[in-house]
Amino acid sequence: MSISRSDVEHVAKLARIHLSESEKEYYAEQLSAIFGYIDQLNEVDTTQVEGTVQVTGLSNIAREDTVVECSQDVVQDIQNQFPQKSCDLLQVKQILSDT
Amino acid sequence: MELHTLSIAEARKGLDDKQFSSVELTQACLERIAQRNDEINAFITVTEELALTEAQKADTRIAQGEVEMLTGIPFGVKDAICVQGVRTTGAAKILDNYTAPYEATVITRIRKQGAVLLGKQNCDGFSHGASNENSMYGPVKNPIDTTKVPGGSSGGSAAAVADNQCIFSIGGDTGGSIRQPASLCGVVGMRPSYGRNSRYGIMALASSLDVIGPLTKTVEDAALLMEIMAGHDPKDATTVVDHIPDYSKKSQTDVAGLKIGVPKEYFSQDGVDQEVQERIYQNIKSLEKQGCTVVEVSLPHTRYAIAAYYVLMSSEDSSNLARLDGVRYGVREAQDTLYNTYSNSRAEGFPEEVKRRIMMGTYVLSAGYYEAYYKKAQKVRTLIAQDFETVFSQVDVLISATSPFTAFGIGEKSQDPLSMYLADVLVSPASLAGVPALSVPVGTASNGLPIGLQVIGPRLGESCVLQVGNSIFNNQ
Repeated sequence: MSISRSDVEHVAKLARIHLSESEKEYYAEQLSAIFGYIDQLNEVDTTQVEGTVQVTGLSNIAREDTVVECSQDVVQDIQNQFPQKSCDLLQVKQILSDT
Repeated sequence: MELHTLSIAEARKGLDDKQFSSVELTQACLERIAQRNDEINAFITVTEELALTEAQKADTRIAQGEVEMLTGIPFGVKDAICVQGVRTTGAAKILDNYTAPYEATVITRIRKQGAVLLGKQNCDGFSHGASNENSMYGPVKNPIDTTKVPGGSSGGSAAAVADNQCIFSIGGDTGGSIRQPASLCGVVGMRPSYGRNSRYGIMALASSLDVIGPLTKTVEDAALLMEIMAGHDPKDATTVVDHIPDYSKKSQTDVAGLKIGVPKEYFSQDGVDQEVQERIYQNIKSLEKQGCTVVEVSLPHTRYAIAAYYVLMSSEDSSNLARLDGVRYGVREAQDTLYNTYSNSRAEGFPEEVKRRIMMGTYVLSAGYYEAYYKKAQKVRTLIAQDFETVFSQVDVLISATSPFTAFGIGEKSQDPLSMYLADVLVSPASLAGVPALSVPVGTASNGLPIGLQVIGPRLGESCVLQVGNSIFNNQ
């Protein structure tokens, strides 16, 4: 499997990672080699095999959807992590444009 | 007495016999860190003030006779595991300023006993790597030979134990990130069964594979820690509700009568060093002399483990790391648009290997490739897990090398990601199957570097793994 420069541009856009022009070349080459290795999975006959999603053997772990109080200190700790804020509110870039 | 060189069991005895205080023990570790951290770089953050305060509290507890196993014992934590109120970077600049507002359940269990936190240990950024060269805080050096890597991703945690900068460390293992650095640094490292220890509070890499476990100076210490760390946690729905065995007592029992499996694929893999293989065989022979039965077994899908692992891990990874976007916490690179703010915060804040794996996972999960890669890898994972189930109906444990080779040079593999991925060829199968595995140091090779032996057991079979591991450890 060869991964082209435009494949890299596409996934980088989906993954929201800005890449320089030289990085695009570099990753295209490396990802091609890695997926070339991964392609050996096609040697394995899996026609009668179910996929594994998890290995615990547990199923349907549920709990009541109840609100648990959080101390004001923890609320403050979380707010202290905001990169930008006004008063106690998280400040973010405008999402919808005016036009 | 060189206090910082003690094991947990030795330090416990010394503290209980009033040979030294927790403050003295903690100071010995802090002094060792101060002497060595510029060179080894095992710690990103040293919590000196907190450590001394906790040590004083521990001494008060000891004086009052309220002693538990870890009261007053200093330890370090991989920086991809959250400790409340302490800077937790994941070794990536996007969280350079992050102070965790919550704490991993296993760390809370350890700290409740009165263990003393020395600081947060360097690792590959968000646990992505096998050499600790992917830290944005600089590589960790192997204390045995500082031109070599310590392994990864829990490289700082393994190096700190090997270099006696702490009494024990807590790390994380997704594909081999506890066992492989333990092997390369010559310490003990345990990957518990998936679901045995709570994952709450670890920075998620691949949620179906991540586990938290101990790195220690002895197998006895690993058993002691497993007793404290293991158990159901309402905050992690994948933890198993099950009786926790008396691991330390079990690990002392005689191995005579146990059946040891030698998985032939683990010895015929390309690139497994001859000297490493011979050392493993010697130890298998020694178990035979102690009354174990040894049989060769086959796990035919072993060679597909790395390929399946990289598809599944990168898929889960790309999804988990989407939360790191500079919006609610971490470092934000403010730009003209929201899109550019996301993409620049991530470009600046992630090390190269993290970007590479996020792009792999995004590619795998993107339209047209999901069936070919993700579904296929899930099915291969089933076959790998079935291989283990089949052999564990015949034998009690499997024995192999942990790493196919001893520690490699800093910079030797960093330009070739695929060759770096293959460093985990002997450790990733157990990760995919969710079974427990332990790396035990079995001396050094002719180059002076440590060799690690891996004991793999059936699901929730930590007792037997520790029992065999302890026997091997004590016979060195």
